[in-house]
Amino acid sequence: MSTTTSTAGGIDRDDLARLAEHWDEPRSLRAWFTTVDHKKIGRRYLVTAGFFFALAGLSALVMRTQLARPEAGVLSPDEYNQLFTMHGTAMIFLFATPMLFGFGNFLVPLMIGSRDMAFPRLNAFGYWVFLFAGLFMWASLPFGAAPNNGWFAYAPLNQEQHNPGLHMDVYALGLLFLGISTTSGAINFIVTALKLRAPGMSLNRVPLFVWAIVATAFMVVFALPALNADNAMLFLDRRFGTHFFDPGGGGNVLLWQHLFWIFGHPDVYIIVMPGLGIVSAVLPAFTRRGVVGYPLIVLAIVAISIVSFGVWVHHMFATGLPQLSYSFFSAASTIITIPSGIQIFAWLATMLLGRLVLRTPLLFVIGFIVTFVLGGFTGAMFALTPFDQQVTDSYFVVAHFHYVLLGGALFPILAGIYYWLPKITGRMYHEGLARWAFWLFFIGMHVTFFPMHLIGLFGMPRRVYTYRGGLGWDVGNLISTIGAYLLAVSLLLTLIGVVHAVRRGRPAPADPWEGDTLEWSAASPPEPYNFPVIPRVHSLHPTWDERTAESTTTGATEDRILSEGRRTLFTSELDARSERAAEMPEPSFKPLVLAGALLVFFISMLLAWYPIAIAAVVTVAATLAAWLWPVRRPDEELGVAS
Amino acid sequence: MLPLLCGLLLLASCSGGSPSALNPAGTGAARVNGLWWLLFWTSVAVFAEVMALLAWALVFRRGAARVRHGQPLRFVVILGAGLPFVILVAVYGVALRDLAALGAGPGRDPLTVEVIGHQWWWEVRYAGRSGATANEIHIPVGERVKVRLRTDDVLHSFWVPQLMPKTDLISGETRETWLEARQAGSYRGQCAEYCGTQHAHMAFLVVAQPRADFDAFLTRLDAPARAPQTDAERRGQQAFVQGTCAACHTVRGTGAQGRVGPDLSNVGSRWSIGAGAVPNDAGHLGGWIANSQSVKPGNAMPPQPVDAARLPDLIAYLRSLE
Amino acid sequence: MTDRGGAVAAATGAEALSTELPVGRPTSWWGMVMFVATEATLFACLLGSYFYLRFQYGPQWPPPGIEDPKLLKPLVMTAILLPSSLPVMWAEHGIRHGQRWRLNLGMAATFVMGTSFLVLQGTEYDEKLHMFTLTSNAYGSLFFVITGFHGLHVLVGLSMIGWLLVASLRGGSFGAHRHDRVRNVAIYWHFVDTVWVAILFTIYLSPRL
Repeated sequence: MSTTTSTAGGIDRDDLARLAEHWDEPRSLRAWFTTVDHKKIGRRYLVTAGFFFALAGLSALVMRTQLARPEAGVLSPDEYNQLFTMHGTAMIFLFATPMLFGFGNFLVPLMIGSRDMAFPRLNAFGYWVFLFAGLFMWASLPFGAAPNNGWFAYAPLNQEQHNPGLHMDVYALGLLFLGISTTSGAINFIVTALKLRAPGMSLNRVPLFVWAIVATAFMVVFALPALNADNAMLFLDRRFGTHFFDPGGGGNVLLWQHLFWIFGHPDVYIIVMPGLGIVSAVLPAFTRRGVVGYPLIVLAIVAISIVSFGVWVHHMFATGLPQLSYSFFSAASTIITIPSGIQIFAWLATMLLGRLVLRTPLLFVIGFIVTFVLGGFTGAMFALTPFDQQVTDSYFVVAHFHYVLLGGALFPILAGIYYWLPKITGRMYHEGLARWAFWLFFIGMHVTFFPMHLIGLFGMPRRVYTYRGGLGWDVGNLISTIGAYLLAVSLLLTLIGVVHAVRRGRPAPADPWEGDTLEWSAASPPEPYNFPVIPRVHSLHPTWDERTAESTTTGATEDRILSEGRRTLFTSELDARSERAAEMPEPSFKPLVLAGALLVFFISMLLAWYPIAIAAVVTVAATLAAWLWPVRRPDEELGVAS
Repeated sequence: MLPLLCGLLLLASCSGGSPSALNPAGTGAARVNGLWWLLFWTSVAVFAEVMALLAWALVFRRGAARVRHGQPLRFVVILGAGLPFVILVAVYGVALRDLAALGAGPGRDPLTVEVIGHQWWWEVRYAGRSGATANEIHIPVGERVKVRLRTDDVLHSFWVPQLMPKTDLISGETRETWLEARQAGSYRGQCAEYCGTQHAHMAFLVVAQPRADFDAFLTRLDAPARAPQTDAERRGQQAFVQGTCAACHTVRGTGAQGRVGPDLSNVGSRWSIGAGAVPNDAGHLGGWIANSQSVKPGNAMPPQPVDAARLPDLIAYLRSLE
Repeated sequence: MTDRGGAVAAATGAEALSTELPVGRPTSWWGMVMFVATEATLFACLLGSYFYLRFQYGPQWPPPGIEDPKLLKPLVMTAILLPSSLPVMWAEHGIRHGQRWRLNLGMAATFVMGTSFLVLQGTEYDEKLHMFTLTSNAYGSLFFVITGFHGLHVLVGLSMIGWLLVASLRGGSFGAHRHDRVRNVAIYWHFVDTVWVAILFTIYLSPRL
């Protein structure tokens, strides 16, 4: 399987040497800061998001410690309020989406048989912005200036008048900053999946994971602007005295909620959809067959991403809007569960027809099904206005969305970590350790969050830093805290498992699971150019397909080897016909410089150093101008008719 | 495991002392309770179906099982879309009926309570009555009472799990809901929309009482507060009216007419201090007056420079206000 | 592996590689279109906020003390900004035929028109500021933030055009086989123009309806 020495078929040693020469990056500090390799960037996304996850998880652990018994004094109310806000904000914005984007970054080019993303430097830029925005937000915590108004930051508590200090400025600016990364990443995924698929990978042969990532990216493109508009208006209200959310000045506090949830509900699917994509990617390898109902699943993905824009009002069922609008949004929110139902039963059918190979990734998929289905039930309950009005903003909703998000995103992420660890690191993980991690995680998850349904029904509101004893909430809270520690142990075991694999794991073969998608036909870890020969795809399961395999060995042709430069192949959007070979950009410092200038801009906006902010804007413009400056060429080559 | 959980649920839902939505005492909450059990048993049934399929796969599709390559789309569509659709349409219909029932407010000229949210307490007034109380809403049993909700500052949410689902208090606007208790008793409510530092301590009590008792309460609400009877109480009243207390608090019939904090005319009879922060007894009251910031950090009342010798008088006076 | 061998070779040969032959949409086109899509959504959110606040506010809009916006100046601004897309189109067509002079001339014309628009907007602000400011009330906030945000986009568009013009005047940058950047700047500029129509309707015309 190793590709560095074999010279079978149409590719020879010279080609490999040339490919290495054009794509290899030296191991130097400079290369570390300038890399545009999607695999390195993907890994960085995964590690950085994992780091923010650890911070947000530790925040949760401290909160659970405070709530273990009534009227505890572990945290002051102000500390608790900053921690719960940072926990939610970081889990949603700094962990879930970037983590899944990390998988996307690493995997999408490999799955579609390309050598990089469509815009490698933009990709690097997106990572740096994500890193800086995450640090920007977390750095506020030690100063006691972290956001403190919950992750959805309702007006008017987010206003200067009710919430002085930098807390909500950090929130507004941090999310605007991060939005640059998310948007650029999303556009990159869309264009990559449209133009860089290996020849023959027509739309009906695109892996489900890639479909999920692209649908996610489209939701980001159309949902994120609502959040950005909201946060821009918030910052203007706070800093420059506008009145968007100020009823005293003709503004309206519900405007914030509408815009927030127009973003916020699609965002739930932005988080869950790639998770579902991971499930569809993992199942074939461990059921030994393709996922049942490929077209149905694609249809479900597309349907969810459209309908998710029409359900936002179910987050506002208690705000007293007209009943007619409640009936409509209630119906839409009810219907949106059906595409998820289709996917669940497609996976069940796959498992019922295939042969199960019970390795850790499949265990996590099974855990996902159990958990996500339960979260789905409570989700459907929340679509029904009267029930929603009773339990929203109670611990019942806390239980619900943790079932959905841990079920729909974290279980798949963990499945994905174990599944692709051999590909990403080139090492196998320790199966025993991994099984322990799974069982502790599964048990810890339900012990933590199941009791929250009950204490919610028993009347405990969310976001309280303490509660009085004797209200029927004590036992549930204590159990929940114990579960949280179990979860922490299981995640620590996962971390140990990953570190152990990287340090001590036995070398992984290219295709340890006999997977069906193209990443398994690349080396483990992949060469910098991914594929010595870009495959010609003949089916939905190219790695199981002999003709596709043949196209990279005996059937390799010059137009898919492309060793004359740093090149990959562009194909047509729908049916992936070869269009032309494209030169890919070299490593560059500019993405880092641009992201750094933006960091300076956002810090100086936060601290009201406006002259420095202006200087940063000029730097941004200059860097962009230099970045995109056209290469000078002779007139004949340009085709100038002078 | 499942029956155990259900048992636990049922058991807990009937336990006393808990403001449990599963132990409804009002018309609104009773409706939602019915809906909940419908949803719960439906979910149990569908969950059992999914788990059975999963178990089948885990038992029979391992080891030497032969991989089958069919595309059972009918299975997926019927179980994944058809069945859920039928179930969802049915429960949606039921929920729509309940929504209409919750939306049908009290009849004409109902008793109206004005509830005004403050960071972090509830001001309670009765339409047509001048007096006010705080963190305690008295209603007559068996009558549908209109509740008009406003907020003085940020968003809050009015929630009495045993009586009625939530309604948010929206800055700059007025919202309405209603309460109807079927049995006399006290029902705990709490702010459910995060509203800042002390969101955790913004509870209130709905006291449903027979009409006669309620009328007596209303009459007292308009009358001057109970006059001091003992020397200590008199000294306490003097300290209250002449000291800093009167700047923020009202006691009807005295010189204390402050409007910043809760009206204290009947503070002695209330269930708690600080909107559920601590029980209402002499010790806690003294602690609250001396430094409420140590009890409920962040609340609007600054520590009071009360002479230690005067504090017992003040406590005696306030405790006497029933 | 013989399918369309000729076409593939033509598309991947040295010449095709170095000339961005117009086979299919280039990645940069898709990138710009998606960028414009997300920006358009942002404007839609701002304009949506305008109507939301307007209808929640009450019957009188603009609020008491503020007259209905006058139409003459914004119509003149429209008459300058909308046609400014024409020289861009003309320039783009020119460079596709390798006529660099058309590129230069067209971009210069658009640059002048865009700058005039901004100058007029400056005088418009000067007038309005006598009546209300960003901080007067929600109407003032909406007016200045929405038009200001659009003005910022015009400024960015002008920077792009200026940048393109400088690169082009230097020579050796654009020609019949290399004009992706011209096309992308043109897309952005058309977008900035189109958005103005929506803003004109929302801010200036809708209060009169």
